[in-house]
Amino acid sequence: MQKSVIVENLSKNYLKKEAVKEISFTINENEILGLLGPNGCGKTTTIAMMLGLLKPSNGRVVIHGLDIEKNRISLLHKMNFISPYIELPKKLSVKENLIVYGKLYGVKFISDKIKYLSEKLRLEEFINKKTGELSSGQKNRVSLAKALINEPSVLFLDEPTASLDPETGDFVRSFIEKISKEKKMSILLASHNMDEVKRLCKNVLMMNNGEIIDKGTPDDLIKKHGKRNLEEVFLKLNRNNHELK
Amino acid sequence: MSLNRIIGLFLRHFFLIKSSLPRILDLIYWPTIQIILWGFISKFFTTYSDYYNNTVGVILTCAILYDFLFRSSISFNMLFLEEIWSRNFTNLFIAPMRISEIITALVCTALIRTLIGLVPAILITSPLFGISILNLGIPLFFLFLSLYIFGITLGLFVSSGLLRYGPAFENIAWSSLFLLAPLGCIYYPIEILPDFFQDVARGLPLVYIFEEARSILVNQVVNYSNIKNAFILNGIYLFIGITLFYYSFSQARKKGSLINIGE
Repeated sequence: MQKSVIVENLSKNYLKKEAVKEISFTINENEILGLLGPNGCGKTTTIAMMLGLLKPSNGRVVIHGLDIEKNRISLLHKMNFISPYIELPKKLSVKENLIVYGKLYGVKFISDKIKYLSEKLRLEEFINKKTGELSSGQKNRVSLAKALINEPSVLFLDEPTASLDPETGDFVRSFIEKISKEKKMSILLASHNMDEVKRLCKNVLMMNNGEIIDKGTPDDLIKKHGKRNLEEVFLKLNRNNHELK
Repeated sequence: MSLNRIIGLFLRHFFLIKSSLPRILDLIYWPTIQIILWGFISKFFTTYSDYYNNTVGVILTCAILYDFLFRSSISFNMLFLEEIWSRNFTNLFIAPMRISEIITALVCTALIRTLIGLVPAILITSPLFGISILNLGIPLFFLFLSLYIFGITLGLFVSSGLLRYGPAFENIAWSSLFLLAPLGCIYYPIEILPDFFQDVARGLPLVYIFEEARSILVNQVVNYSNIKNAFILNGIYLFIGITLFYYSFSQARKKGSLINIGE
C-alpha cells in the first residue's frame, strides 16, 4: 500500500507549552485514519501543520513524497479541509462560493464540477440561496462540496458531522465512505463521534496532551483494552493519562 | 502568478458587493457627503480667503484627492476584515494562493471599491459647485496613481497587523489615516507645521502630492519634481509594506494566528 502522507517526529512548541510532541504516523492511499482525543489535545494543531497553516517546531510532513514546508502551494492543490469552526462567506450564494473556490483551486470546467457535486450532495434546491441562510445540515454539505471541488487526494475532516441530525449525519458519513473509495483518497478524520470513527476508519490514533498514546484498528483497541466499544477505550485512556499527569 | 486565482479572489468580493444594494449605497454615501461638505467649505474660503482667492475648488480638489487615498486604504483593509468577519480566513489560506496573488487581487478589488464610491461623488462636483477635478490636467493621473499606491501601502501595513494580531488590530485599521492626515498637509502648505513635524512630513509622499495639486491650481505651475519625490517615497514604503506582509504571514504561521482567526 502506498503511503500518501508521512508525519515524522512532528512537534509544535509555543512559548510555555508543547502543543504537539514528536508524533509520527502515516496515512495510506485509500485509507481513512481516525484521530481521537479530548479537546485541546493537539488534533487541530496537528492538522494545521499538515495543511501548512502552522510551521512545525520540529519534524516534517511529507505528502506524496514532498515536504509541505517546501512545496506548500503545489501540495495545497491536492488537499482540502473542512471544520465546523471555519465557514464560507455567508453573503455569497452556494453557487458563488463554489465558483470562487473552484477558481482559487484552478478547477477546470467549474460549472460541470458544481453540477456534479450538487447532485451528489443534494445541493440543487438551495444552490442559489445565500450560504448564511442555510440550516447547519445544508451548510455542512456545502462545506463538503467546497472541500471536494478540487478532487483532493488528501482530505482533512475535523468533526465533519458535528451538530448534525442523525439522518444528515448518516448521509454525510455514507458520502465520505463512498467518495473516499471512488477517488482513492487519504483522509484524516478528527472526530468525537466514536461510532462514526469505528464505521469509517481502518486505523485510529488516540491523542492526549500532544502525544499519540495508542493506535491500532478500532477492533484491536477494543480487544486490547478489554472494553465493549471505542468510547470506553477513549475514556479509559484519557482517564489514565489524566491520573498519570 | 495565476490569473485564475486572482480572478477567484476578486469574484469573492465582487459577488459580495453586487448582491447587496445597502453595501453599494454605503460605498457611495460617505464620499458624497464628504465632498458636498468640503464643496461648501471650499466655496466659503474662495470668497473670503486671500490665499485661496479666485482659486475655486482648491480645497475641494484636495478633499477629493484625500478621500481617494482614504477610500483606497480603507477598501484594502475592508477586504481583509471581511475574511475575518466571515470566518473564511482559514479557507483562504489553505487554498493554493501565493501571497503575491492575494496582494494583487486585493489591489485590483480595492480600486473597484474605491471608484464605486468616489466616481459619483466626483460627478456631482461639477453641477453643484462648478468645479471639475480634471482641471488638474495630465498630472491628475500621476497624483491619483501616487495616492493609490500610498493607500494600498497603508492597507498592507494594517493587513500585516491583522494577519499577525488578528481582529484586535481592527481599530488601527480605522485610525491609521487619521494619524497621518495632519502631517499630510492636505489643505495647507508644509510651512504651517512646526519644524520637527515638517521634517517628519517630508518623509511622507502626501506632502509632495498635495503641494503639487495646490501648485497647479493656485499658481498654474506643474512641478514634476514633487511628483517624482512622491513616487520615490511611495516605492520605498511599498517595498517595506510588501516585505512586512510576507514577514507577518511567516510570523502568523509560527504563532498559529492563521488558525480559526475570527471574531
